[in-house]
Amino acid sequence: MIHQKHIVETSALIVALILVMLPILGFESWAVLTLAGLSMAMMIFIMASGMTLVFGLMDVLNFGHGAFIAVGAYAAASMVTLVGGYPIGTVLAILTVVGCALAALVAGGIGGSLFERLLVRPTYGNHMRQILITTGGLIIVEQVLIVFFSPREIVLLRPEELQGSLLIGNIALEKYRLLMVAIGLLVFSGLILLFNRTKLGLLIRAAVENRKMVEALGYPVRGLFIGVFITGSSLAGVGGALWALQQELFTVTIGSEAMLLIFIVVVTGGLGSVSGCFFSALLTALVANYVTFLYPPLSAFALIGMMAAVLLWRPQGLIPVANR
Amino acid sequence: MLDNILSLAGVHTHIGPYHILQGIDMEIPEGEITVLLGRNGAGKTTTAQTILGLLHPSAGTIFFDGKPIHQLDAPQVVRRGIGYVPEQMNVFLDLTVMENLILAAYDRPRPDEEHLQTIYQLFPPLEKMLQKRAGVLSGGQKQMLSIARAMVLPRRMIIIDEPAKGLAPSIVNSLASSLETMREAGTTVLLIEQNLPFASRVGQHFYVLEDGMVVHNGLIEQLNKDLELQNRLLGLEG
Repeated sequence: MIHQKHIVETSALIVALILVMLPILGFESWAVLTLAGLSMAMMIFIMASGMTLVFGLMDVLNFGHGAFIAVGAYAAASMVTLVGGYPIGTVLAILTVVGCALAALVAGGIGGSLFERLLVRPTYGNHMRQILITTGGLIIVEQVLIVFFSPREIVLLRPEELQGSLLIGNIALEKYRLLMVAIGLLVFSGLILLFNRTKLGLLIRAAVENRKMVEALGYPVRGLFIGVFITGSSLAGVGGALWALQQELFTVTIGSEAMLLIFIVVVTGGLGSVSGCFFSALLTALVANYVTFLYPPLSAFALIGMMAAVLLWRPQGLIPVANR
Repeated sequence: MLDNILSLAGVHTHIGPYHILQGIDMEIPEGEITVLLGRNGAGKTTTAQTILGLLHPSAGTIFFDGKPIHQLDAPQVVRRGIGYVPEQMNVFLDLTVMENLILAAYDRPRPDEEHLQTIYQLFPPLEKMLQKRAGVLSGGQKQMLSIARAMVLPRRMIIIDEPAKGLAPSIVNSLASSLETMREAGTTVLLIEQNLPFASRVGQHFYVLEDGMVVHNGLIEQLNKDLELQNRLLGLEG
């Protein structure tokens, strides 16, 4: 089957990349960089999955997707301020981080529903207008955040329990990155289960492939789209919170800065394809980490080069959606 | 006199700047197979999409089962009991055969077993391919799936757009029996066709479209007898 062939080839490519790097980098750097790449991939995936679905489902290009990332980061920071810093004790600290993620989830979702209603709905079917108005929306959201939170950098420390590394032999694996990998895999498995095991997921996959036919089978796709848009925004919000916790320092541009990476991942993976988004996030983040370590001046070029190479090999992306 | 389940009165439809349907009047009798004939570009598919709410008429009315449906969107029209089998075998290629069937049952988690059995009897190849992606099916199998999708729920009416196009004769035979099965189950069929032999074999009534207007209608038997009429209306040879 075509679909499985794509997944197998893409996985093989990623595994080959990781293995090739082992002798080049030496075991210690390799382990650290690979973990950094994997955890970065998971965060990009969480942030980008909503955007690829929104495009796949309704051909909506949301250049303002980064707004939800920023909103999520600020929601997480507000949550920590509200609680008054992290409580002592591992369980309570982790619960606070979960609280941050939930606050980001809700804030991203509210932001998403407003965005959809006010900016996206009036511009269905017109890409130029969508790009202009959603870019404008991103700027407005950033300015509103400045009004409420000041333009200064926001400090969002991780709780002590999630600072530092686990030492295995003489390799230091950052605890937070390990947690990110676990969370990313959890979100990906959840989405895959949703798409393959539930009727709602079937409906979304079918509508990405052929929206008109789904309507002709009796399902209002508009409502489905609103749900997906809000879910995608919520995920972007969570991604923003996790990203901010990783950097521990951010400004309003945290979202727009992530957008370039997200575009690369979404296009490379195949527009509308959630598995494609996951695998291309892995490839992109690993390439970014390896190249930045080996030869930093090349890092910006490497991602564009990777995207170009993938698109020459697979013009529809790594794991394309049928009919698109 | 039979009751009409669907009636179109003065229906005009524009697609962009093009005035495709120019005042269609049609009465579709309940429980029968009505054939909509016409050359390429006559407006047959546009008529189907307008009935279904995929396109909205710029003028005129469409009544289904005594109620107006011309302002409804496709999902609402379908939920009134009209199934649709579009022309280009629009099955979901990324989904398996079973997943395609599951999605077709919009009001229940999955299709009823008895409907599935009927489908397997009509189209035995489908039963063997339930877990295969629809993308790997042959053209004929995709068409079977496309029709099967319209049969997983009991419908008042089904609109089928050129199902026999490009299919092997043996598949056309099972197609004809599937239409007959639907009719026996009390489903009204509106069959869009260019293929007169197939149409006259299964249909009872006919309408002929030309340039977005109905130019003739009646019983299929009349059309079968009248070669001159066939030539004039459909441009068929001999």
